[in-house]
Amino acid sequence: MLKIRNLHAMIDGKEILRGINLDIKAGEIHAIMGPNGSGKSTLASVLTGNEAFEVVEGTVEFNGKDLLDLSPEDRAREGLFLSFQYPVEIPGVSMTNFMRTALNEQKKYRGEDVLSASDFLKLMRDRKNLVDIDSDLTNRSVNEGFSGGEKKKNEIFQMAMLDPKLAILDETDSGLDIDALRIVANGVNKLRRPDNATILITHYQRLLDYIIPDHVHVLYNGRIVKSAGKELAHKLEENGYDWIKKELVG
Amino acid sequence: MASEQDKLLEEVTNREYQYGFHSDIEMDALPKGLNEDVVREISRRKNEPEFMLEFRLAAYRNWLKMESPEWAHLKIAPIDFQDMIYYAAPKKKPQLDSLDDVDPELRATFDKLGIPLDEQKILSGVAVDAIIDSVSVKTTFRETLAEKGVIFCSISEAIREYPDLVKKYLGSVVPPGDNFFAALNSAVFSDGSFVFIPKGVRCPMELSSYFRINALNTGQFERTLIVAEDDSYVSYLEGCTAPMRDENQLHAAVVEIVTLDRAEVKYSTVQNWYPGDKNGKGGIYNFVTKRGMCKGDYSKISWTQVETGSAITWKYPSCVLMGDNTVGEFYSVALTNNYQQADTGTKMIHLGKNTRSLIVSKGISAGKSQNSYRGLVKVSKRADNARNFSQCDSLLLGDKCGAHTFPYLEINNSSAKVEHEATTSKIGEDQIFYCNQRGIDTEDAVGLIVNGYVKEVINQLPMEFAVEAQKLLQISLEGSVG
Ligand SMILES: Nc1ncnc2c1ncn2[C@@H]1O[C@H](COP(=O)(O)OP(=O)(O)OP(=O)(O)O)[C@@H](O)[C@H]1O
Ligand SMILES: [Mg+2]
Repeated sequence: MLKIRNLHAMIDGKEILRGINLDIKAGEIHAIMGPNGSGKSTLASVLTGNEAFEVVEGTVEFNGKDLLDLSPEDRAREGLFLSFQYPVEIPGVSMTNFMRTALNEQKKYRGEDVLSASDFLKLMRDRKNLVDIDSDLTNRSVNEGFSGGEKKKNEIFQMAMLDPKLAILDETDSGLDIDALRIVANGVNKLRRPDNATILITHYQRLLDYIIPDHVHVLYNGRIVKSAGKELAHKLEENGYDWIKKELVG
Repeated sequence: MASEQDKLLEEVTNREYQYGFHSDIEMDALPKGLNEDVVREISRRKNEPEFMLEFRLAAYRNWLKMESPEWAHLKIAPIDFQDMIYYAAPKKKPQLDSLDDVDPELRATFDKLGIPLDEQKILSGVAVDAIIDSVSVKTTFRETLAEKGVIFCSISEAIREYPDLVKKYLGSVVPPGDNFFAALNSAVFSDGSFVFIPKGVRCPMELSSYFRINALNTGQFERTLIVAEDDSYVSYLEGCTAPMRDENQLHAAVVEIVTLDRAEVKYSTVQNWYPGDKNGKGGIYNFVTKRGMCKGDYSKISWTQVETGSAITWKYPSCVLMGDNTVGEFYSVALTNNYQQADTGTKMIHLGKNTRSLIVSKGISAGKSQNSYRGLVKVSKRADNARNFSQCDSLLLGDKCGAHTFPYLEINNSSAKVEHEATTSKIGEDQIFYCNQRGIDTEDAVGLIVNGYVKEVINQLPMEFAVEAQKLLQISLEGSVG
């Protein structure tokens, strides 16, 4: 589904991603861990086409297409979704209107019929139940005045609405209380299918108790320096990143 | 609403000014230029009573002595008032009973404008007074209104049929010598609308008038007068479009509103006069005097305007809060793009006791445009306990445009409470990227964000106008980002 080869990206003349290689197949869940500032969010931004970052080298193939050649909106329409680490507030724009516009744009791109108003509202209701989000939140403006945890839940709600092929969850677990964490994890699990895939960016093994990853990668200093099964997450939780740094030096 | 929003997004693919067609209706026009004979001729052709001719002549003589105002934040080429036509009427003088009698060419024009003149749309409850250039062609729904005693007709007709009412109120809010353009209008106004709501009547439908400048080189000078007697209510809608032309056209309207005890008038405008092309060529000069007088106690006047058009806009709908406990409101969205210039705002004049005013102004600047808010809140000596709240927000798209806010306060009574809040923001790249990431392209994202930003004002508009306004905002912003 996703093939990243030797990806290098810079911002303000500083190289943040320094040769990323990663393969993700349909049906898989990958966790990416790594110390603060190692480039995890940057990777998510580059994949989704944030123009603040400049790709200087490398290729990314997404379902057979050259991802880097697509505009951010076309990447989304191809089924790439990012749950933002810091979701953005858009005052005055109702969640309903926002989601309806997004969903319809995606459907149009794929040559599908857009949903009627009533079908759309039905879908909203259905997805709200799935991620157990307050109705009140979806009646408000996009993320405006939402608490940190509410914003994260709202990201998962949007993911449920848009049903992406590949979802990148950038620290969606941070700031969630225990119940919310379980709800979010449940939502992700319920949306899991053999034909879609998920990248979980997280600092905490805790999330991986709920969502079992097939692979865990450590991103350090702009490179993936270690990849293993889910036991790696436990090891990181216990020992931190120092031993990896030492391995690298030694 | 939701599906309509959808339609908006689809329609937005249309790039150029949508209403820029020019219909070939035979015109009966006076030659270019302005002098006392032209004023007399206008009055004669309109079969006006003597008092109107006197009104016009006095205004004309006043105007001769006046000077065009200083343009604070506007750059404007001098206007040659002798190079304009002051009167143009469709040749087939339409004295029509049914829609079938309307000139097909004219009907087609109305259809292009989307004016709800046809029967089905009439059923939706909008009474329309359509004005092409200078003569009011057709007023619908007049009978229904007449049953309630509501008068809704062209001002020319009102001058002939209800001279006493006109004589009593015309010029009572905006005197003929009020300002340069009001004086000019008073001398040469060709048509406009007249609304009279008698005591205790709630007007059973929204009243709507569409203005459109059609002929070449014709200035349009409409005159609107709305009188609401005790305990009455009316909501009045004004929509404007003008065809695309290279040369600038002048539009200098006067609107007067009078409310008596406990009456309420809501006046909504969606203005999309031709703004000129991308290089700033052509477009309408829109110099309008709009003023409401809350004459009776506990009466209320509310202005809502969405301004997207015109090359130059100079407009300050105002409220004179004369009665005690009166309320004035001003909700405004002014959008400028390319080389447009807008200097708009309001004046709230507190004269009575316990008077309140609210100002919500949302400016949006894109391209190389300049957008100024200019507002005056004046509290007179005897206006005890006056309250004003002003919220003036500016939204910038790009860094070649400008937004300016000029709040003026003249407070002569220490019990007054006046609050002013102002913000300036830019559409954030992060907001646009967030939308992009959900599959919404940048143009639509800007449309969404802008419509979110102006919601508070748009919500004041009647439903169908709100949709129209959102559509206009989106169209007006095309190509301004990316
Ligand atoms: N807009 C920017 N301008 C300058 N530097 C940036 C910018 N965005 C990110 N960086 C830098 O890039 C590096 C990687 O940041 P990134 O946000 O990808 O880290 P991260 O792995 O997601 O960290 P965290 O775990 O704290 O979320 C950091 O050193 C950061 O300061
Ligand atoms: Mg991060």
